[in-house]
Order: sequence, then C-alpha cells, then structure tokens
Amino acid sequence: MIELQDIRKSFGDKEILKGVSAVMESGKVNLIIGSSGSGKTVMMKCIVGLMKVNSGRILYDNQDFTAMDDKAKKTIRQEIGMLFQGSALFDSMTVEQNVMFPLDMFGTGTLREKKHRVAECLERVQLKDAAKKFPAEISGGMKKRVGIARAIVLNPKYLFCDEPNSGLDPQTSLLIDKLITSLTKEYNITTVINTHDMNTVMESGDKIVYMYQGVKQWEGSNKDIVFSKDQKLNDFIFASEFLREAKEIRQLEMFKDGKWRDQLKKEQGDK
Amino acid sequence: MEFRFFYHFGNFLIMLKGMFSRPENMKMYWKQFMQQCVDIGVGSFGIVFIISLFMGGVTTLQTAYQLVSPIIPRSTIAQIVRDTIILEFAPTLTSIVLAGVVGSKIASELGNMRISEQIDALEIMGINTKGYLIAPKILAGILMIPVLICIAGFLGIWGGKEAGELSGVISSEQFMQGLRQEFKAYNVFFAMAKSFSFGFIIASVSAYYGYNVSGGALEIGKASTTAVVVSCILILFMDYALTAILL
Repeated sequence: MIELQDIRKSFGDKEILKGVSAVMESGKVNLIIGSSGSGKTVMMKCIVGLMKVNSGRILYDNQDFTAMDDKAKKTIRQEIGMLFQGSALFDSMTVEQNVMFPLDMFGTGTLREKKHRVAECLERVQLKDAAKKFPAEISGGMKKRVGIARAIVLNPKYLFCDEPNSGLDPQTSLLIDKLITSLTKEYNITTVINTHDMNTVMESGDKIVYMYQGVKQWEGSNKDIVFSKDQKLNDFIFASEFLREAKEIRQLEMFKDGKWRDQLKKEQGDK
Repeated sequence: MEFRFFYHFGNFLIMLKGMFSRPENMKMYWKQFMQQCVDIGVGSFGIVFIISLFMGGVTTLQTAYQLVSPIIPRSTIAQIVRDTIILEFAPTLTSIVLAGVVGSKIASELGNMRISEQIDALEIMGINTKGYLIAPKILAGILMIPVLICIAGFLGIWGGKEAGELSGVISSEQFMQGLRQEFKAYNVFFAMAKSFSFGFIIASVSAYYGYNVSGGALEIGKASTTAVVVSCILILFMDYALTAILL
C-alpha cells in the first residue's frame, strides 16, 4: 500500500500539487486520471522519487519514503517496477538483454537461472519470439510489453505505469490493460497507472483518483464513476455525446440489475 | 544554453561528487568501463591515424620550407618536427579533434538517454546513474585519450619522415639522426600531463552537458555543440596553463 499525505510540489511560484492525499491499495489497479496539466505526471514522479516534494509524506507500506536517506530509498526502489510512456528501453541492448538488465545488476543466481526467469517474463507478455530483436526492430505495443517484462522481472511490490496506452491502437491498449490487471492480481502488486485512456478507466480502475488543477477532485472505483455527480469529473470522463449516452444506458442497465440499491446504500453511507 | 559560469561549475562539481558511491554490482560497472574504452579508443583510432600522418607530413614540409639557411643541417628539421609534435600537435590538436568525435558522442548518447527516460528508468531501479553512466566514461577518457595521443605522436613523426623522404627534402637517415638529437624525456612527461588533463576535460564536460539535457531532440544537438565548444575552449586554456607552469 502507498499512502500520500498532503503532498505539495511547486516549480518556482507555480504550485502544481496543492496538498494531495490518497491511498493506493495493494493488489489493486489504482488509476491517476486528469486532463493535461492537472499534475498527475508530477504526482507520479514524486511518488517514485524522481522529484522531491516540498511538503507532505509518501508512505510505502508505512515506511516514510520522503524522510529516507539515499541508501534506504535504493532499497525501496529495488521493489519498484516502472513502465515509462516511451518504454525507455536501452537502445543498444536486445529485448532479452533489456529484461535481463535488472537481474544482472541486482539479481542473484546463476546465468541459467537468470535466463530462465527472463524467458518466463517474456513468455508472460507473449514476446518469447522477439527475444533477440533490438528495440528499434519492434512495434510500440511490443516495446510496452518488453517494458512490462523488465518491470516485473525482479518481482516488484509496486508497479508504476506512465500512460501505458499512449500511441497504441484500441486492441493493443486492451491487451496491455489486461496484462497489467492480471499481473497485479497474480502477484498482489500495488499498481499505479497514470492514464488518459477511458477504456483503462472503465476496464481496470479498481481505484481511481481524479486530479483537477493540482487537487484531488474525486476518488472512487470504475463502478462509482457511472453514478458520480461531480460535474468536473463527468465533463472529463464523458466528454463526447457518445460517451454521455453510453453512461445513461449503463445507468439504466444497472438500475434494471438492481445494482442501484448498492449504490444508493453507499451514497447514504457516505452521508 | 546560456553561459552562467558559476551555475555550471557548481553543478559540474556536484555531478562529480555524485559519481562516488559504492557500485551496485562491480561486474556491471567493469563491463560498462570496458565498453567505453572500446568506444573511445577503437572508435576514434581511424580519425587519429589519418590526422596524425598528415599533421607530421605537413609539419616536415613547412619546417623544411622555412629552414633555407645552408648553415643549418637538414637533421634539424626532424628535431623540430619531433618536438613540435610531442609538445603541442599530438596532445592539443588530437584532443581538439577528439573533443569533436568523442565529446559529441558522449553528450548525444547521454542526452538521448535523458530524453527517452532511460536515465529515469535506471534511477527507478535504484542505480546511481552518475556512477554507472558517467564515471566509466570519464575513467575511459582519462585512460584511452592519452593512449591515442601517444599513438598520434608516433604516427605524426612517422608521417613526417615519410613525407620528407617522398618530397626529397630530407632523407630517412638524416631524419632518424635528427630525431635522436637533444631528445628530452621531460617533453614526453609534459605531453602526458597534458593528455591526461585533456582526457578528463573531454569526457567530463561532454558527460555534464549530455546528462543535464532537458527538452526535446533539438536540445540534444545543442548540448552536443555546447559540449564540443566548451571542451575546446577549456583544452586551450589548460594547454596554456600547463605550458606556463611546467615548461
């Protein structure tokens, strides 16, 4: 579990994060959503330690990451896997070498064991045949999958994905989403995804944090989002006429299924 | 990139300080160092070979052109060529060329890694990126650039001998005789002192500009150019300072 407590981040006079508190739960896909400039990328960079927060605390399983020295941070970082927006694969290495790299740097065991683990991870992302190819020789979707294989090779406790679907077609996006969701459940990882993709929100969002101008505007799950009355969230999620109609149809279906009762109870409970 | 001396100098020192931490895996660091030695040493050998030969050849011909007095023996040409190449041309001219070849390569490689988030990926893994990416480059520069400069010195003198013989201005025997006249081993020490300093300047300055790239692809080109320009200026300053101090 990752807990953010009133984190603030500024660049000069401009405050990007204005006291955000949230909890990213273990074994769940936690999404950070929001329009461009809302502060979600800065928030993710602060969580992983690529940027320092001005104030507030970030707790990794109750350990204060913001108060740690570099040596202690390294220990936490070795439990983090991250998939970058542009995949960030090492150009001079083959797919296999890219996935092998964290094992070579930090892993123990023989070369044979390491190769076995790499093959296992590549098999998991369905890329065993591309092992000997260089990043320049594979497609964007394949690069993302290699990035995922590299991120999970050391069995991380926390997985961060920065816009995993950017630049991908809807089918490949869905494949990546399913892969991340299944890995999260399988290894009980705390997964945090920074995304714009509405398919991801609806399919994978066990927990969603909606950011608006540096503030946490809304928090809930993909089930709650359909019933949310937050105008800013609705404007962001159901931006097109088509999506607004789809929302109404979904609400109607849920009403027919009787799920509205659960929602009503939840809303009454909230009050 | 605007010129702010103290800002860049301070950041440069912080970068150097950041390199010193216990390597996460010594074997991987060694592998990286060897890779850099190959890239810098073998990768630049071709250009050093061509430049040195012509540098020696031209020096011989120009010296012969200026020494017209019949009182001065022809072997003096070789003596002048030897000392000019050892004292100045091999270390300084080769380093200026290497600042272009090696410096731009280091700056663009690190700049590309920064822009494409590869450096961030290494940081997230818990690797000291300054130690893993920059330190091996600087060490390889300090080791391989003096080696290249030694080779440049030998090739330059050999090129001078061949050019002298081909053009008929000095025979091979006269040239060999001139090479042995009043040879001072201290000159070689001086050349080596310069080459170690230049090796450090080329690798560290280029790494600094490459590592700190921000923005897009355009910035990588700008960083490469700045790295080469600043390295060249620092080489010339250091050349003057060492000459004033050591000679």
